Amino acid sequence: MLQIVNRKDRFILLKKNLASFWGIYRRNTMGIAGLVILVCFALMALIGPYFVTYTSAAEGIEKVLQPPSAEHWLGTDDLGRDVFAGVVIGSRISLVVGLAATVISMVIGAVIGIVSGYYGKTLDALLMRLTDIFLVIPWLPLMLVMAALLGPSLGNIILVIGITGWAGTARIIRSQTLSIKERPYVERARAIGSGDLHIMLHHILPNVFPLIFANTILVAAVAILSETTLSFLGMGDPTSISWGMMLHFAFEMGAVAFGAWWWLIPPGICVVLVVLGFTFIGYALDEVLNPKLRRR
Amino acid sequence: MKMRGFILNKLGQTVLIIFVVLVINFFLFRIMPGNPVRILIRNPKISAEALQRVTEQFGLDQSKFVQFGYYLRDLCLGDLGHSFVYRRPVLDVIMEKLPPTLLLTGTATVLSIILGILLGVIFAWKRGSKLDVAGLSLSLVLYSMPSFWVGILMVMLFAVYWKIFPLFGMSVPGTSFASIWGRLADLLKHMFLPTVTFTLILIGEYVLIMRNSLLEVMSEDYMLTAKAKGVSGRNLLRRHALPNAMLPMVTLIAMNLGFIVGGAIQVETVFSWPGLGRLMYTALMGRDYPLLQGIFLFVTVCVVGANFCADLLYRYLDPRVKT
Repeated sequence: MLQIVNRKDRFILLKKNLASFWGIYRRNTMGIAGLVILVCFALMALIGPYFVTYTSAAEGIEKVLQPPSAEHWLGTDDLGRDVFAGVVIGSRISLVVGLAATVISMVIGAVIGIVSGYYGKTLDALLMRLTDIFLVIPWLPLMLVMAALLGPSLGNIILVIGITGWAGTARIIRSQTLSIKERPYVERARAIGSGDLHIMLHHILPNVFPLIFANTILVAAVAILSETTLSFLGMGDPTSISWGMMLHFAFEMGAVAFGAWWWLIPPGICVVLVVLGFTFIGYALDEVLNPKLRRR
Repeated sequence: MKMRGFILNKLGQTVLIIFVVLVINFFLFRIMPGNPVRILIRNPKISAEALQRVTEQFGLDQSKFVQFGYYLRDLCLGDLGHSFVYRRPVLDVIMEKLPPTLLLTGTATVLSIILGILLGVIFAWKRGSKLDVAGLSLSLVLYSMPSFWVGILMVMLFAVYWKIFPLFGMSVPGTSFASIWGRLADLLKHMFLPTVTFTLILIGEYVLIMRNSLLEVMSEDYMLTAKAKGVSGRNLLRRHALPNAMLPMVTLIAMNLGFIVGGAIQVETVFSWPGLGRLMYTALMGRDYPLLQGIFLFVTVCVVGANFCADLLYRYLDPRVKT
C-alpha cells in the first residue's frame, strides 16, 4: 500500500525541496541579481512615497523643466514637479497595477488550465478554442480597445491587462494537468471516493504549482510593460502617477523635441530594471528547473 | 489524405476564431455605457425626432441579433462604417494608411529575423564566451524595454542631440523633389530611425529563441552521433543543427505578428509615422469608435489569417507534427 503522507511530513518535504532549490538557485548570479533589483524596487514602492513631495512649483516659470541640480536630483517637469519624486511615487502604482493584473491572469490561467486538462472532452475543446483566440488576437489592440471602452481608471487597466494575459499560462498548466491526472495517486484518490474538486485542489494544484510560480514571474514582467504601454498611449488614469503616465505626459508636452532627457529617461529605466529583474529570475528558474539548459 | 484533413481542420478553426472576433467586436462596442445613438451623433442638443430617425436608420431599435445580422451583411459588402474624424468610410482610411505600415513593419521584420538568426547562431556556437554573455545581456535589456521608449531614446539621440535624422513623419511636408531619387533619399532618411527602432524591439526575442533552440538541438543524441561520425565545424552546424533549430523560429515569427502590430502602434506614435498604428492612436485619442472598431477587426483578421498560413507552413516543414 502507498504510504500516506501526513501534513507534518509534507511540510518537512516541502522545506527540504525548498532548501535544495535555494541551494541551486543561489549559485545563479542572474537570479540573485534579479532578486536584489526587485527587493530594492519593492522597498522604494513601500516606503519611498513617504519621503518625497510631488507638487507643482508655486514660484512660477523659473522652476519649470529644469535639468538635474542639487535641489532636484532628476530635474523638474513642465509643472515644476520634481521628477525624482515622480519616479518614487510612480513605482507604487506601476508595481501594484502590474502585480494585481498578474494575479488575475494567473488565477484565470490556472483555473482554465486545470479544469480543461482534468475534465477533457467537450469542455477541454471549448476552453482550448477560447485560449487559442486569446493567444492569436494581437494583445495591444485588444487591450487598447477594451481600455478605451471601459474608460480610464486604475481598476480598468488592471482588469484589461489581467484578462488578456492568461492564455499562455492556461496552455502550459493544461498539459501538465494532463500528465498528472494519469498518475497512480490521482487514480487512487478517485478510487477511495474523492470528488473532482478535491482532486483538483489537493492533488493537481500542488503539483502544477511550481509551474504556475515560474510562469507568474514572466507574466508579471509582461504586465508591467503592458501597464507602461497602455498609460503611455493615454489609457491610464491621469490622476494616479505611474511611470507610464509620466512618460505619457512628457511625450504629450513635447519633452522629446525640448530635449528634456531627465524627464524621459528615469521612468523608462525604472521600467526596464523591474522587467529585467523579473526576467532574470525567470531565466534563473528556467535554468534551475530545466536540466537540459544546464551546462554539460 | 491526411494533409487535406489537417488543412480543413485548421481552416475551420480559423473561421471560428474570426467569427468569435466578429462577435467580440460587435458586442464590445455595444456594451459601452450610454446610448449608442448619442455616441454616434456626439451632439447633446439633438431633438427627439432626429434621435428617433437616426435610431431607425441604424437599425438600433431592432434586437441585438438583427443588428448583428446587419453588421455581418455590411462587413460582407466591405462597409466598416464611417469615421467620425475623417468623415470618410473606415475601410478607405485604413487602406490609405496601410502601405506606410507595411513598408515599415516589413523592412524591420525581415531585418530582425535575419540578424536575429545570425546573432543567435553565433552566440550559441560561442556559448559561454564574452561575446555570448555580452550579446545575451544586450538582448535581454532590449527585450525588457517598452517599445515606445526605445523610439524615444532613438529620437533624442539621433534627431534632437545629434540632429542626423528628421524628428518625425515620412516626408517633409510641402517639399517637392526634382527627381524620384531625391524623394527616395528623403523617404529613407525618414524611415531610418523608425526602422532601426522596430528592428531593435523585435531582435531581442529572435536572438534569445534562436540561441536556446540551437543549444537544445546541440544537446540531442543525433548531434553526438554526427560528431562521432566525424562531421565537424561548419557542416555540423549547417546540415545537422540549423534545420532543426530553425523550426521554433517559424512558429515564433507567426506568433510574433500580434507583437509586431503592437510595436507598430508604439513606434508609429512616437515617430508620427502616417500608418495604421498611428491611425489607431489618433482614433483612441479622438474616441473615433467606428474607426477604432474597423482597425481592430482589420488587424485581427490579418493576424489570424497569417497564423493559419504559418500553421500550414510548419506542417510542411516538419512532417513530424501530427495534429
